[in-house]
Amino acid sequence: MDGMVPLQKQLLDYTASLFQEGYLDDQFNQLQELQDESNPDFVVEVVTLFFEDADRLLNELSKALVQESIDFRRLDAHVHQLKGSSSSIGAQRVQRVCISFRNCCQEQNIEGCLKSLQQVKHEYSLVKTKLETLFKMEEEVVAGRG
Amino acid sequence: MDSHQLTALVVGDDRMLRIIHGKMLNSVGVKNQVVQNGKEAIHLHLSAQTFDLILIDMDMPIMNGIQAIKELRSLGICSIIVGVSARCMESHIQEFMEARLDDYFEKPLNIAKLTSFIHKI
Repeated sequence: MDGMVPLQKQLLDYTASLFQEGYLDDQFNQLQELQDESNPDFVVEVVTLFFEDADRLLNELSKALVQESIDFRRLDAHVHQLKGSSSSIGAQRVQRVCISFRNCCQEQNIEGCLKSLQQVKHEYSLVKTKLETLFKMEEEVVAGRG
Repeated sequence: MDSHQLTALVVGDDRMLRIIHGKMLNSVGVKNQVVQNGKEAIHLHLSAQTFDLILIDMDMPIMNGIQAIKELRSLGICSIIVGVSARCMESHIQEFMEARLDDYFEKPLNIAKLTSFIHKI
């Protein structure tokens, strides 16, 4: 019973840090508000969809940028989707990099696009790791209660 | 009108947004159905289903929100139609209103905005 309190505090502190460091914004709170007893895994389910979408889109972006003739409209469309997905779960840093990525697509700036792709991959990797850690901590708190 | 009496149709090609918006509507007591694109929305209406509210993504490929709304209005659909879009510049808003949208929200929707809107219906 006593072991629960440090775990819960750790979880609260960790969650707060994700917002303070800009990884997550209020949209993530919206998802948590929607989670209830009838759908206790709602946040994990939606975030898992985000991971699937992001993995697919980053793969498409990587392939598109090694083509001899780059289709910037298609590239922009993929980035637009990724921006939408990331904003839907509150992945703020990913969303922000997508905004500058879109500017590079619209300017047909290949170097800018390549740099942006690296940045978005980096930010996505960070937020994915942090969310996976968050969910693991939540599981441990729930297991501790049981 | 009490929110528990309202019905809604969620139209969008983004499955995450479909799930999130559907759940948001559930949370404010609005019974809802979800379809993936404008064509499915039109098909539902052609099969005589009606909804108090249609929440439609304006940024869909194939048939975008504006095209879908124009077609729904041409079928005589009088539902309250609310668009959600990532683009909310003046020119886009004018385009939405010309398509006879009742309101629009910037993506993603949040619970407070939706609740406030539902209470006005």
